[in-house]
Amino acid sequence: MMQISVRHLDKITIFDVSGDIDLATSPELRKALLRELRELRRPRVVVNLQAVQYVDSSGVASLVEGLKASRDVGSRFVLCGLNTKVKDVLRLSKLGTIFEVCDSEEQALGP
Amino acid sequence: MARESRFLNPGENILLSQKSLLLRMELQSNPAMLSVVRGAVTRLTERLGFSEPECRAVVRAVDEALTNIIRHAYHGQTGRPIKASFRRIRVRRDGAQRAALEILLEDQGARVDRAKLHGRPLEDVRPGGLGLHFIHQSMDTVEFRHRKGKNRLRLVKFLHAPEPHRSG
Repeated sequence: MMQISVRHLDKITIFDVSGDIDLATSPELRKALLRELRELRRPRVVVNLQAVQYVDSSGVASLVEGLKASRDVGSRFVLCGLNTKVKDVLRLSKLGTIFEVCDSEEQALGP
Repeated sequence: MARESRFLNPGENILLSQKSLLLRMELQSNPAMLSVVRGAVTRLTERLGFSEPECRAVVRAVDEALTNIIRHAYHGQTGRPIKASFRRIRVRRDGAQRAALEILLEDQGARVDRAKLHGRPLEDVRPGGLGLHFIHQSMDTVEFRHRKGKNRLRLVKFLHAPEPHRSG
């Protein structure tokens, strides 16, 4: 199970994701990210992953797609609240360094 | 039993008399079932005494392998058969006797291209292709066979501490 809730704060979109991001759920995350970035052209999209329990390769791929979409449209794409499980999988993928990562949501919303 | 010896790496020798079935699952290809399998494998690996990072590694490998079966062998079709079995084995490797968890996954989907079983260079930043990398990073042995219309993946994870040698 995965839950996504969306908040809009001025020109920033914040996704709160919880649960498991896997083959069953990652398409929903991908769709939500791409909508904010490609269709709505939000200048900054923040993904708070604090409550995520598991991320598989399709989940990482969805985040990479979000990042690529943000580069295409000139937005900022920021991950925050990474717990040990999420950090582990990003480290394993060796893709952790390509993302802008903030320890807290407050930092992610900052300048 | 002899059939399974074909999977062994050079220098790896399963002591066949000390191989015990722990769990067998017959699944249907369905992404919604992956979380159920992860839960079961988590409990199994904890019970076997793997450390927490090792438990996560085994769970990840099984999850990614099942994901690959659903996506690539069955092209996303649901309701197709997947068999999974989990055995505790004892392996003589490099002169030492080691306890390990052996996982066999079997499907009847499209033959997997062996050339694609090594993943892709991670420097190539793009979505997809990570699953195999995760499996190789997570397990000590990863072997694939296609035989009589079935894909068969064998994964082995050694328990951390070498077991003392037992005669007989």
